[in-house]
Amino acid sequence: MALDISALVPELLVIGLGLLLLIIHILQRQPVPANPIGWVAFLAFTAIALFVVWRMPVAEVTWGGTWLVDPLANFFKILFLLAAALVSLASITSLAGQSRFASEYFVLLSMATAAMMCVISAGDLLTLYVGLEFLAITLVVLTALDRGTAASEAGLKYLILNAISSAALLYGFSLLYGMSGSLVLGEIATIIAGGATQAWAGLALPVAIVLVLSGFAFKTSLVPFHMWSIDVYHGAPTPITAFFAIGSKAAGFAVLIRVFMKLFIPWAAAWVPALIVLSILTFTLGNLVAIPQTDIKRFLAYASIGSAGYIIMGMIAATRGGIEAMLFYAMIYVFATFGAFAVATAVQAQTGSTAISALAGLSKRSPFLALTMLLCTLSLAGVPGLAGFIGKFYIFWAVIDQGYAWLALLGIIVSILSVYYFLLLAKVMYVNDPPAESAIIRVMPSMRLALAVSVFATVFFGVYPGPLINLVTQVAARFIS
Amino acid sequence: MVWAFWLVAAIIIVSALGVVGFANLIHSALALAATFLAVAILYLFLAAEFVAAMQVLIYIGAVAVLIVFGIMVINRSGMQLSNPSGKTVLGAFVVAIVTMAVLLLGILNHNWPVTQQNPPDDTIAVMADLVFNRFLIPFEIAGLLLLVSVIGAILLAREVRQR
Repeated sequence: MALDISALVPELLVIGLGLLLLIIHILQRQPVPANPIGWVAFLAFTAIALFVVWRMPVAEVTWGGTWLVDPLANFFKILFLLAAALVSLASITSLAGQSRFASEYFVLLSMATAAMMCVISAGDLLTLYVGLEFLAITLVVLTALDRGTAASEAGLKYLILNAISSAALLYGFSLLYGMSGSLVLGEIATIIAGGATQAWAGLALPVAIVLVLSGFAFKTSLVPFHMWSIDVYHGAPTPITAFFAIGSKAAGFAVLIRVFMKLFIPWAAAWVPALIVLSILTFTLGNLVAIPQTDIKRFLAYASIGSAGYIIMGMIAATRGGIEAMLFYAMIYVFATFGAFAVATAVQAQTGSTAISALAGLSKRSPFLALTMLLCTLSLAGVPGLAGFIGKFYIFWAVIDQGYAWLALLGIIVSILSVYYFLLLAKVMYVNDPPAESAIIRVMPSMRLALAVSVFATVFFGVYPGPLINLVTQVAARFIS
Repeated sequence: MVWAFWLVAAIIIVSALGVVGFANLIHSALALAATFLAVAILYLFLAAEFVAAMQVLIYIGAVAVLIVFGIMVINRSGMQLSNPSGKTVLGAFVVAIVTMAVLLLGILNHNWPVTQQNPPDDTIAVMADLVFNRFLIPFEIAGLLLLVSVIGAILLAREVRQR
């Protein structure tokens, strides 16, 4: 078998970036401050993202089926690299003043990005599993980096609960291997689907699907597998929380799409009801429990759980349209969620607080931050004119098309309720008086750029979604042909 | 040979119960080592000598020893001190039983394909071919995982020392 390195170039570049930063860190006597490294990481991630854009249409199955390069993988790689680039910029603000960990921080960020890219290109269960573990261990270290017990607790919680979810996933994989005698997704699909009814009658396949689904539900923090995410989101450094919410979650959805649409699609009638229950639980609980939160990171954590409940609806449709809607929502969700967390980062860097009350009167202390937060959260709520509206519309359209109008209606009702709590946040920022001793909030140039990008994308795709819709249509068409 | 399998299986179950049941952490760690050893014997039954040897070297030689060192450093011998959530035994027991029942349901109700081939004489060569050819990518990813773990361990340990 020829060693096809060319299929691995984007991953090798990201890993190379991480190793380069590590070597620079070791060679320097003095700790390197976050400012230059963050910009270097941002430029490198952007450049690699452009490289992947250029290679987007390539579709090949290499390394004996264990490595897939297809438009779906490339779409998610661009998403991960964008997320990493934005998070790099926001991290400059959060790391300012504590430069000790700056280099290692960006080394780990590169490695986490590489891990997500490996996960979505994995063509066999072994690569998939090792990639997910690589991602999880890297995220554990990034979570626990901050000082204080909250960060250590968050890291430990993620480590242990992730181990349980990995056990479920691995058990499901082992059943699939036992049934088919192969680890490669394509081969398993042919072998199991060959004796479709027989495999289903045996009960081993249903158990395997349940175990794999619960493993992925943990990664995407669907209710009731969301318990870890609130404390971890709260304890992690704020840009890393954003990375969890946009990167790690998108990786979970990406593998969910790949495994369920390629492997389990003949039994869709059996697992779709389970997904409906997960979806309803996720978007109702996520949106309703967000209301009483007093901490902005917990608030956004619940809001992101709510969004996951909508994204998973695309799998309920289990059609090409559903996949398109998931891809679209995942992409615009990156910008909206990142923008909201980035504002929280900027406020936290100045005031040292993540309480919602620290945002009081933000419109007077920094109109730009307040406007960004307003637009991003309203996009998450699905207000017309912003990208989130198109995303939700696309998702609901896909499920209505498959005859789940009642589910879409329920989603729309909860979605309207969610506008209420996002407006409560807007009231705190725009109506409430700023705290007495508060000063103007200074926003670093790197942060300005990151926020401007997320606001621009949120508004642009809300007004003119055409290009992104074209892209996701093509990706989904190449995936399900 | 069937009775030997059941004997080893019984040892695994009893020692695994010991891991969660013993009040003294050191006893738990020793029970864990016994579990690992019995699993290694299972690999021998499957003619996977290399995997069995690695199981003994890594899991007993490194993991179990590391756990004992960890217990020594932390210096908390009782379960009550180290595991405050250990009181919910009944709930955990119910969850474990239900999980086991579901898994058994899946395992017992399936017509598993059985190979008639004899295991290869030289298992190491077959494994090397798999690891360094077809599954080279996950092998390399595992290497990166170890690198990240080392960086993380150094970072977090240094953090504790500076506090």
